[in-house]
Amino acid sequence: MELDLSKRAEVETPFGLFVRNFFSSKIAAFGFILLALIVLAAIFAPWLSPQNPYDLSRLDVMDSRMAPGEKSVDGSVTFLLGTDEQGRDMLSAILYGIRISVMVGVVSTVIALVLGLSLGLLAGYSGGRLESFIMRVADIQLSFPPILIALILLALTGQGVGKIIIALVAVQWAYYARTARSAALVERKKEYIEAATALGLSPLRIMLRHLLPNCLPPLIVIAALQVASAISLEATLSFLGLGLPVTEPSLGLLIANGFQYLLSGKYWISFFPGIALLLTVVAINLVADQLRDVLNPRLQTQ
Amino acid sequence: MLVFIIRRLLQSVAVLLVMSLLVFVGVYAIGNPIDMLISPDADQADRALTIAAFGLDKPLWQQYFLFVKNALGGDMGRSFAFSAPALTLIIERMPATMELAVFAIVLSIGLGIPLGLWAGLRPNSIAGKSIMAVSILGFSLPTFWVGLMLIMVFAVQLGWLPSSGRGPTELLLGVPVSFLSLDGLRHLLMPAFNLALFNIALVIRLTRAGAQEALLQDYVKFARAKGLSSRRIIGVHVLKNILIPIVTVIALQFGSIIAFAIVTESVFAWPGMGKLIIDSIRFLDRPVIVAYLMLIVVIFIVINLVVDVVYSLLDPRVRLSDSKG
Repeated sequence: MELDLSKRAEVETPFGLFVRNFFSSKIAAFGFILLALIVLAAIFAPWLSPQNPYDLSRLDVMDSRMAPGEKSVDGSVTFLLGTDEQGRDMLSAILYGIRISVMVGVVSTVIALVLGLSLGLLAGYSGGRLESFIMRVADIQLSFPPILIALILLALTGQGVGKIIIALVAVQWAYYARTARSAALVERKKEYIEAATALGLSPLRIMLRHLLPNCLPPLIVIAALQVASAISLEATLSFLGLGLPVTEPSLGLLIANGFQYLLSGKYWISFFPGIALLLTVVAINLVADQLRDVLNPRLQTQ
Repeated sequence: MLVFIIRRLLQSVAVLLVMSLLVFVGVYAIGNPIDMLISPDADQADRALTIAAFGLDKPLWQQYFLFVKNALGGDMGRSFAFSAPALTLIIERMPATMELAVFAIVLSIGLGIPLGLWAGLRPNSIAGKSIMAVSILGFSLPTFWVGLMLIMVFAVQLGWLPSSGRGPTELLLGVPVSFLSLDGLRHLLMPAFNLALFNIALVIRLTRAGAQEALLQDYVKFARAKGLSSRRIIGVHVLKNILIPIVTVIALQFGSIIAFAIVTESVFAWPGMGKLIIDSIRFLDRPVIVAYLMLIVVIFIVINLVVDVVYSLLDPRVRLSDSKG
């Protein structure tokens, strides 16, 4: 009996179980590999891309609006995905674009997660007036669609990386605050919190060391899904000309730049950045969906 | 009940005041519209005269109080770019946006329910599975890019539909609409489908889930036992029961559709409110930005208020939970 137990513990660590459960779905494994490739492409964009798309001295206007697969005028480079109106290689522009889009999506989600989590835990643990104030603000904000909140903020503050991150944080924090609060309300009534209170631990310590780890799993799932919608929203705002400035072109801005050439049949300037955006969003969604299933103890058959 | 409505009303007024202050101060902080309005070679006297004419020489708090006072009387200032009252500009473009939004809702119900039923009744067929796959795409695809692809395929490659604009309009009860003529319909089809895409996916999911649940109910078994045709069971008994939540959800989506129309209108150059606000932000046309943002906030507050009140009338638990918080 005892031997049996120790053997089992040896075979299956919690992390090993998590990994096995995660990769039990083929489509999730595919999503994970795709996402890993995209993230690697984003990180190593400067080394992977055939040219630096924003070094103007490397661009040649003679190469402008070349179809995919054509060679440059001097014959040195082949443009696999064509070029835009300034003779910029689209493949390089897309790699740099993914870098900016993913960076903005991840940074804004992490900031919003920390902010929403803190406010939600505070509300759930403290209760009273503070709780009703925080949650009322969150309720009111959630009654407006995200794109409208972001539009209002960007109309007021103007363009820029910092500003779009602020707008995306403002859009997202309420989701985390709500989830963290409801998790905290459930956990607060449990005995281990009572025990910690009886031990005379400080409220801050109880919140951070005891409440936080138990509220985290649902928030991780929401955050993973939110990265995808943040990237998508940023692309939409940049497409509308409200998001990132031309000096830091994300995928949305690349698509917007190609829009006017779409009507004359030069599809590739908009089409390929759109495909990159689509793959990024779909890969994140696949991984997040599987995370939700794996992290939810009620769904586990084990 | 009355207390609940009064509290919600007070809350709405507070939100409106906070938003107006935020919007006004924020809009004041961006750029200087005078640089865009006056030709660069105008002299100082001309400059001062124009600044005074727009009331931009007064301190900020005076401008705000003047703005609130005028706004309560329905005057949201004059557009710098169009030199017309800002509110009039927006109201003029409202029918175009509303037509697009209503048509999008019609499309999402008209396409979503049959497709969702199909997927719900034959969940393991190839058609059922592909409908669900497409609905996942409908959720995750960025709307504006789908719009571009629609233009690429149907306007550029195939040449079936016009790529932009609204087409000819006709007056219906004094409101200009474009769906009455064939050319107008052709202009309407792509933008409306683009705007509806997310909601089509939503309706497909709701209908499928509803249908699968309803098929297990006793009343369906009873109807089968009675010997009713399966068309009648699905079309009358099942559909009637799953329709209520679907219609509720779609009605709630109306506000989001108006907000998302901003994107669709920009892609298809549809002359509605959304395109106006994007253009106004580009031109720094402050009065139009402020008027649009205030109007859309009012629309949303009204929608939310109506929804809350209707819900609290229908479901007593909503009232209880509110009086606690």
